[in-house]
Amino acid sequence: MMNLLPSPLILAALVKIGLLVGGLMTAAAYLVLLERWIAAWVQDRRGPNRVGIPLTKIRLFGLGQPLADGLKIILKEDFTPSHVDRVLYNTAPLVILAASLAIFASIPFGSVLPPLGIPGLPDPVPFLVAPGLDVGVLWVFALSSIAVYGVLLGGWASNNKYGFIGGLRSSAQLVAYEIPLGLGLLGVVLAAGSLRLDMIINAQAETGIWYVFAQPLGFIVFMVASFAEAARLPFDLPEAEQELVGGYHTEYSGIKLLLFLVAEFLHMITAAFLIVIMFLGGWHLWGVTGSSQDIGWIQALLRFAILSAKILGVIVFFMLVRWSWPRFRFDQLMSLAWKVMLPLGLVNLVTVAAVEEYRPQLENLLGPGIATAVAIAIPWLACLVGWVGSGILTPSESDNSPVRTHGNHGNHGNHGPFDVERELGPHAPPANELAGSR
Amino acid sequence: MKPTDPAITWLEEKPLGLAERLYLPLFIQGLSTTSRHMVSRKVTVNYPESRPVVGNPLIYRGVHRLNRDDAGRVKCVACFLCATACPAHCIDIVATESPWPDREKYPESFSIDELRCIFCGMCEEACPVDAIELTSLLDLTGKSREEMIFDKEKLLSVYDMTKDAEPMKSKTLAAAGMATFGHAPADAAPAGGHH
Repeated sequence: MMNLLPSPLILAALVKIGLLVGGLMTAAAYLVLLERWIAAWVQDRRGPNRVGIPLTKIRLFGLGQPLADGLKIILKEDFTPSHVDRVLYNTAPLVILAASLAIFASIPFGSVLPPLGIPGLPDPVPFLVAPGLDVGVLWVFALSSIAVYGVLLGGWASNNKYGFIGGLRSSAQLVAYEIPLGLGLLGVVLAAGSLRLDMIINAQAETGIWYVFAQPLGFIVFMVASFAEAARLPFDLPEAEQELVGGYHTEYSGIKLLLFLVAEFLHMITAAFLIVIMFLGGWHLWGVTGSSQDIGWIQALLRFAILSAKILGVIVFFMLVRWSWPRFRFDQLMSLAWKVMLPLGLVNLVTVAAVEEYRPQLENLLGPGIATAVAIAIPWLACLVGWVGSGILTPSESDNSPVRTHGNHGNHGNHGPFDVERELGPHAPPANELAGSR
Repeated sequence: MKPTDPAITWLEEKPLGLAERLYLPLFIQGLSTTSRHMVSRKVTVNYPESRPVVGNPLIYRGVHRLNRDDAGRVKCVACFLCATACPAHCIDIVATESPWPDREKYPESFSIDELRCIFCGMCEEACPVDAIELTSLLDLTGKSREEMIFDKEKLLSVYDMTKDAEPMKSKTLAAAGMATFGHAPADAAPAGGHH
């Protein structure tokens, strides 16, 4: 009989999966409420504060709103338009949600539990569904690439122009920003010496120097790229409401739309997790948590709380940013990715690699204290030089202004500054004919 | 208009400075604006519990009322000026001979279809005796169309309801030293006026 029972290892994994999925779904629902609150507060409104406990007059600041929203969208008609590719149309939301959830298998959501003493379960139990996965970061990136398939399939299968353009934009944007994302990440992996996210936190906890201080440029590049990967403003072109109605999920309704929206919030949560774990020290906080793995219950819960608080802070920043800056134009988005973020990511990578290479020599030469100071100062210098350099090299005019002719058209130069021939192509009638035909 | 039209003045776009190209000042500007608004006083109210404040009830155009004179009679003299002025044709008056010596006619019935009304305030402007006025009641609701046709009694009851909070506008204005057209002093009327 004993052989039929799953091993404690599998049971522990199942419990962790249950907690994580339940927690993430609840978090996604409540983040929708938080997003609406922050949107309202930024616009000097009060936001949803009515829905409380059903059938009572208790309002609880509107904390019942996610329940009502969820119920509403689940009970809505799940309408499938006649012109869609049914198989892909139904697969896309499943792909995107499954991939977004599976990412969390290798993301630690705390430190470790104190020794439990259960036979067959090695202590300490980490807050991680797949502990010891040596390719943790690669897993995250591989699955976030699969999530792109959901967006693309959804846009394609909808057989709708808005959906199609949204899907196309999304594919171009996500492909472009995965490179700076990877470059920002490589510096951290180089410095920590591990692809495991829990090891990356441990490395920061041991030195007490979060990678945001040691690699400021990497942090900026990673932050910008993760905004783009999560398709949040100012990079939300795949679903720019004003242009594309809903983007890739225009044709979706009911529970399938819910799956897409939840997956979008999961992307944002993933991005916040990665930013906190890789650059903001994970569960580490100076003077509150040490770096030891041998901890009691209070310390274990404290670390979980610190990690959650940091993630919430990053998510609030995500939501504030949404109302702070306008959306990029698509060419600006691409030029930011390829002309600015990619070179800056390379600068960061080279700097970190050089610092890590020569750190032992520096420590021998200057002593550990000064060596650490130098190892922090050099990346900051690189950040400053890289940022100002990219600013100086950026064109001083935005490139959507009409092409100036400066009167080099002689016979019809008085018809305004447009070079109409260049605008319309070589076979267009000359500018004076265009002007005369009005 | 074509882009080549000579009537168009084309302005040079201001080139971006280094600070703008570094994004940082604009980044801080945007974030500080949103952060400031996030904690600032809200402009909306929790509606049924607290009500929006009408800035100036004298010029606010809410639900109508029919004013009473000092004797408690309806002030209206059934001159039809409001019904004539009304662009939405929502005022319906049935006039009959007045039982009182101070006027020839009075409204036997006076009804306003609040659903047709566009709250333009023309009736208030037109009224020579300041009988019809727009109050600052702003939430007008009803469960049927019939209910939204306000008859004379209902309009008078609106006056009874609001007279303490909002005295008759002519009195308020007179107290503030401003003459209204309807109550203009006789010697201030322009010479050779209406014949």
